Amino acid sequence: MNSRIFHIATNTFREAVRDRVLYNLIAFAVLMSAAAVLVGQISIQIERLVVINLGLTAVSLFGIVIAIFIGIGLVSKEIDKRTLYTVLSRPVRRWEFIAGKFFGLAGTLVVNTFFMAIGVFAALAYVAHQFVSSDVSILVALYFIVLQFVIITALALFFSSFSTPIFSAIFAFWLFVIGSFAQDLRNFAAMTHSFTRWLATGAAYVVPNFSALNVIGQVAHGESVSSQLILLNTAYAVVYSVAVLSAAVLIFERRNLK
Amino acid sequence: MIRSRQVTTIASTVLICSMASAALLIRTVDRARPNATLQEMLYVSSPKLLKRLCLGYDGLLADVYWTRTVQYFGGIHSRGGGTYKLLWPLLNITTKLDPHLIPAYEFGETFLLAKPPQGAGDPQKAIDLVRYGIQNNPGDWHLYYDLAFIYYDQKNYRDAAEAFLRGSQLTDTHPFLKIMAAQMAQHGGDLQTARMMWTATYQTTHDKMIQANAAAHLSAIQVDDDVTALEHLVQEYRDRTGHFPQTFSEMVSAGAIRGIPLDPLRHPYRLESGGRVVVSNPDDLPFLDNGLPSGYIPNPVPKLSPAN
Amino acid sequence: MRAIEILGLEKIYSAGFWRKRSKRALRPLTLAVEEGEIFGFLGPNGAGKTTTLKILMGLVFPTSGTARILGMELDNPRMKAQIGFLPEQPYFYDHLTARELLQYYGQLSGVDAKQLSGKVDAILEQVKLSNAANVQLRKFSKGMLQRVGIAQAILHDPKIVFLDEPMSGLDPMGRREVRTLIEDLKGRGKTVFFSTHILSDAEALCDRVGIIHQGELRGVGAVAKLTASVHGKVEIVWHGSTVPTGIRSMGAECRAAGETMRVIVPEENQDAVLEALRREHLRLISVVPVRTSLEDYFVAQLGAPAKSEVVSSGN
Repeated sequence: MNSRIFHIATNTFREAVRDRVLYNLIAFAVLMSAAAVLVGQISIQIERLVVINLGLTAVSLFGIVIAIFIGIGLVSKEIDKRTLYTVLSRPVRRWEFIAGKFFGLAGTLVVNTFFMAIGVFAALAYVAHQFVSSDVSILVALYFIVLQFVIITALALFFSSFSTPIFSAIFAFWLFVIGSFAQDLRNFAAMTHSFTRWLATGAAYVVPNFSALNVIGQVAHGESVSSQLILLNTAYAVVYSVAVLSAAVLIFERRNLK
Repeated sequence: MIRSRQVTTIASTVLICSMASAALLIRTVDRARPNATLQEMLYVSSPKLLKRLCLGYDGLLADVYWTRTVQYFGGIHSRGGGTYKLLWPLLNITTKLDPHLIPAYEFGETFLLAKPPQGAGDPQKAIDLVRYGIQNNPGDWHLYYDLAFIYYDQKNYRDAAEAFLRGSQLTDTHPFLKIMAAQMAQHGGDLQTARMMWTATYQTTHDKMIQANAAAHLSAIQVDDDVTALEHLVQEYRDRTGHFPQTFSEMVSAGAIRGIPLDPLRHPYRLESGGRVVVSNPDDLPFLDNGLPSGYIPNPVPKLSPAN
Repeated sequence: MRAIEILGLEKIYSAGFWRKRSKRALRPLTLAVEEGEIFGFLGPNGAGKTTTLKILMGLVFPTSGTARILGMELDNPRMKAQIGFLPEQPYFYDHLTARELLQYYGQLSGVDAKQLSGKVDAILEQVKLSNAANVQLRKFSKGMLQRVGIAQAILHDPKIVFLDEPMSGLDPMGRREVRTLIEDLKGRGKTVFFSTHILSDAEALCDRVGIIHQGELRGVGAVAKLTASVHGKVEIVWHGSTVPTGIRSMGAECRAAGETMRVIVPEENQDAVLEALRREHLRLISVVPVRTSLEDYFVAQLGAPAKSEVVSSGN
């Protein structure tokens, strides 16, 4: 079982790479180089701050775009192109297929982020000429960004298992947007009454909690992130993704592949 | 084959011409809407809304707004100054998005406080801004200094001293805050205090505009000192000879002074009738109270030369 | 144990926005295929062949009925390891090479890692794609894709091979190759279940065929038996140029050829014709049964009305 998931994951990764998704790294490198050079001229005193803010925001946005763009096609493309038929006629269980696709895309994003992290640190070194101990928190911010990717991947895959790419993209994107306000949504829900409160609270807890996973601002100012938060966020990302993937499996298991 | 070559030539020519025209048109359009770039900066003027819109990437948006703030100020300043109407809103947005952007508070303190055409001339907003900064960064001594400066400028020496005192009690602070606290309490209105304040600003800031501003004030203080001393000497001369000297050379010949006195910009002082000492190039020395030639109307554009 | 056993498989799709309209893709189908035989599943487009195959592969869930392959349930991974499937007009991962694709599928089928490489090479050889092994699949022609498709279906040495329109899109050479391959598979004791609407292929290859039309099975059996069930014709040739009255009254067309006359009549009229010839003292030359083709059988079946009622819409 495990080896099949591994092979599907590897194949998904290989497909993404050959689909030239890693070329986005070139665009990213250009962006970071330009930023590193310009920042020194525009924002004196806060070069470090700007480079970290810009770098991490770019890593986050690039990755989310990739996660959505590739994620929405993960299942629907295989159905459209009928490559899925030859896979499922083999001793591959449907849930293994979902799991394999998930790990494949998540893995792609981790690799992508790894290279981007090098870019961010390179730009930082160029601009600030040295690293300080607080720069370690940049790694934490990157880790949280990866957790965001994991959740988005699960969501995109979930929508892909029953919806067309266009709708999957729209749903996934909106969930990302709403997820960034998750905190506000919960506060809002607490202020409403009776039925609206039910609805709002439900929505607020179903929506992915991206507000907690964005520590770019504080890391840019050299503040550290508590290990408790690291643990809790990891647990949340894992649990949430598992939930979403289970839903995907539930739908996919029953689906007639016409 | 000939047809396709024709098409290629025509299409390329059209392409180049239209791109060139487009570029020229952009410049013309820009000239036709001089205020537009400023206005569009504040399509969204509510910091709260912006914070929501930026999907959690408020750090970066704050940096963007800070950059725009600096460029907004620099742009107006280079065109002769003004009232900088958008300075406060921009700084407000910047600091609401990122309350830890310390340079914004210093910038706000300096240029919200300064009167037009050098700044927005809104001390209350300056106080609000710095107070907000202290709330969010209680351990940063620079902010207490900034607050004290605002009170000092408003001649509220008591609150200035208190701000200095609070700042001096932080764990990570600059020693001169304690000195200034004492100085302010006792000699708030003195010229010496002013000199200390501006020297401190000059030495601790990294911002070139703020430095130039501080240097100009220091020069003005120096002129103030010089004029007072020189006029005193002129009085002595008059008491001795019974008439005011016409030029400084006269005084030099008479042994009253050693040489022609020079202002901080190395230009000689002049004597006016009635024993008034004035500067030769008042345009180069903004912020002067003393030593301005009679009938001189200060240039609305203060000339802030690079600091020295 | 039968290779494939289908019992009353039925598939009704509910179409339309409110799921009110139903479309009956498959009437209850009962069919059995023995091990080692080549079974042809024939029918025009839209008859339900692909639906049946998809149900067997577990891609579509039947509305009712069951099926077993090699005695095991349709979702049993052990069973799936022993079958191979080639879908209609297959398409594969664009950016993989043929070799990578087969390796991937081999891994998924549980082929032993050590033997995988060798097997892949052997299969590529067998489908004559060795020299394109490292070319990306997006550069393959249709015929080449079909061959890759067959390769992935037999790579793991399955007991039963399911092929959906294996000859589609192939040139005569390609079709000959596929035919040879199928025969080869049978020679190795494998069962082959393939669907097609090209009758000549079925006639040539299959031990037994099943004919399906509008979701309903119209006939199952050995080719010879099926064609025999259609009322055969005989060709009767006699000497001379006259046509006996009896024959003319049957309305059959007589043709002269040199010094002989020939007529083709339905089998049951054979005795009447011979009697007529005897009465007129015409010299009989030959009585030869005309072989009915599967096509005739096919057309005859398809012309017949459906046994069960049509499901009305708006149920």
